[in-house]
Amino acid sequence: MKFKSILTGVLLAFGLGTAAIAADVKVGFVYVGPIGDGGWTYEHDKGRLAVEKHFGDRVETIYQENVPEGADAERVMTTMAMQGADLIFTTSFGYMDPTINVAKKFPNVKFEHATGYKRSDNVSTYSARFYEGRAIQGHIAGKMTKTNKVGYIASFPIPEVIRGINSAYIHAKKVNPNIEFNIIWVYTWFDPAKEADAAKALIDQGADVVLQHTDSTAPQAAAKEAGNVITFGQASDMGEYAPMPRVSSIIDDWAPYYVARTQAVLDGSWESVDTWDGIGPGMVGIGEISDAVPADVKAEALAMRDAIADGSYHPFTGPIKKQDGSDWLGAGETSDDGTLLGMNFYVEGITAEVPQ
Amino acid sequence: MIRLEKRRGISKLWTTLTPVLAVFLTMLFGGLMFGLLLGDLSSAFGAIKLIFWDPLFDENFASYARPQLLVKAGPIILIAIGLSIGFKAGIWNIGAEGQYILGAIFGASVALSLFPRESIFIFPTMILAGAFGGFIWALIPAVLKVYFKTNEILVSLMLVYVAENILASVSQGLLRNPDGMGFPGSRNLKDYPSAHNSEIITNSGMHWGVLTAFLSVILAYFLFLKHQKGYEIKITGEAPKAAYFAGINPSKTIIFCMGMSGLLAGMAGLFEVAGPAGQITISFNSGYGFTAIIVAFLGRLNPLGILMAGLLMALTYIGGEIAQLMLGLPGASIQLLQGMLLFFLLATDIFTNYSFKTRGS
Repeated sequence: MKFKSILTGVLLAFGLGTAAIAADVKVGFVYVGPIGDGGWTYEHDKGRLAVEKHFGDRVETIYQENVPEGADAERVMTTMAMQGADLIFTTSFGYMDPTINVAKKFPNVKFEHATGYKRSDNVSTYSARFYEGRAIQGHIAGKMTKTNKVGYIASFPIPEVIRGINSAYIHAKKVNPNIEFNIIWVYTWFDPAKEADAAKALIDQGADVVLQHTDSTAPQAAAKEAGNVITFGQASDMGEYAPMPRVSSIIDDWAPYYVARTQAVLDGSWESVDTWDGIGPGMVGIGEISDAVPADVKAEALAMRDAIADGSYHPFTGPIKKQDGSDWLGAGETSDDGTLLGMNFYVEGITAEVPQ
Repeated sequence: MIRLEKRRGISKLWTTLTPVLAVFLTMLFGGLMFGLLLGDLSSAFGAIKLIFWDPLFDENFASYARPQLLVKAGPIILIAIGLSIGFKAGIWNIGAEGQYILGAIFGASVALSLFPRESIFIFPTMILAGAFGGFIWALIPAVLKVYFKTNEILVSLMLVYVAENILASVSQGLLRNPDGMGFPGSRNLKDYPSAHNSEIITNSGMHWGVLTAFLSVILAYFLFLKHQKGYEIKITGEAPKAAYFAGINPSKTIIFCMGMSGLLAGMAGLFEVAGPAGQITISFNSGYGFTAIIVAFLGRLNPLGILMAGLLMALTYIGGEIAQLMLGLPGASIQLLQGMLLFFLLATDIFTNYSFKTRGS
């Protein structure tokens, strides 16, 4: 190694740390999983890359992956803010309090927290109506299962996940009254080993449809190995498992939102907002329905997608009762967003209990 | 021709030297890895400097990173000191993570049940409750070992998963924030002055848990140097039979070692939940209980060694984050670096147990 090249290396590294950044805006991303998870974090990182591509040299992005929710998240956000980030996306529910705390200390930095409910002058929240996609999954699952058993790998019993279970169940039940849901809580967003174990356990119990609300492709691999089990890509298309076991997917498309919010910071028009978009505005996408799905089922699924997109159909339309038998929605009534956002109950027919 | 010859005892000199050598080798090979990752070997030095030097001395980072180093190292050191007591006696408590969780739950429960009353006695009571929670959880594998000869490694490890499920349960049920709109997670103790484990000196990172960690280092030092119990523990680990014939009760040693390590891990959990973390959430624990095992061995089960190893481990976390941010290094490469540290320590251990001899003529 030449001394000179070592020297330039040092200067380069040092320069990165100290020199003023040429870009107009610096955007930070805090990820709960690795960017290669193939699911949740992967899609957020695609959004980050879209921001880089869209703005070119005007915007610099930085990111940190595998950040535990809690004290570590607070430190990572603080370091980002101190390194000159103007806008920071914190992309997991567990970053909620840390985001609010750090935002207090850096009033000039804008924060965007995904899937939470706490906002302030410089903290926005954003999320996607994944339950719209779950409705379509439920429909396909109900039509295609032969054992009438659907396995569900759930992460944490927060409203977002419970909402997904309810939406999938309601629509599976509608087309298949004998449907049964087995739910396994793995208490992680990303742990391929645990997710694979859960998938295998569900398949052993007779499930021939496995739905997942976790971020890795491990359940897809487990289903593929078992054969004759169908799955759906979660957060990302997971197209490498098509046409079987993956028959369709829910795709989170954060790119347009990230570009728009970065633009708002560039323009100086950024304001704290609460965004909850679904299939209509394109934040939730339905991945290619593969040929493993019969043509008529596919056509119904696509019709439902279009109806949800144009607003003519709401996945939570009454009559729906709660699990305990009490009335929730009357005939034709649709749920308000408040109830959906705080959802902590199952609908009638699900035999499991929400973990307490 | 070079051959290995087993030493009669372990080499004192190499016991001290190998951790330093391991750190050096980690820097060397870690740097090489970073250089290859960045596609430019000349950047290797910069990456290593960002991780090991800049958090301490660079004007951009040091003011924030130094206090954070203490915050990160505090719980790791506190847990590792406790574990080292058992490890010396050959009692393997692998479940400090679970004891850490139970400590946090017990301590936070005290605070949450008294909310919003203010009193100077609340925080000390929480510390006692936290210590008790960890103690009780560690006592389960200890008692099972004493009375049923179960393996404490398996039982303590499996109790981590039980603890994680209890944590998930109380986050959504018993300890859930009534003002949290049904979302899991307790109240934030940072907003509850009597319960908040605040910094003793503002912006120093020095909260009560860090202070306790330092005190535990001193106490462990005296335990092993001056106190008979420390001697008994050492004998039990090095020569169990001799200990037995000397009248040292193995059951008492097991209970003492497991109990102490659980107690310290529980306190670490309490200080974390009342301070840096702020609240009980489903994902509250982040692996300190397991990291502490590495730190205990990296520190050679020596209290001062553990102090240094804990700080070094914290440095790789903090510096690793900075390197990720500044250079765009993948997160897994930092974990690899931490793995290298243990790997090289184990590899260089050959010097402590063997001597190299050149075969004469």
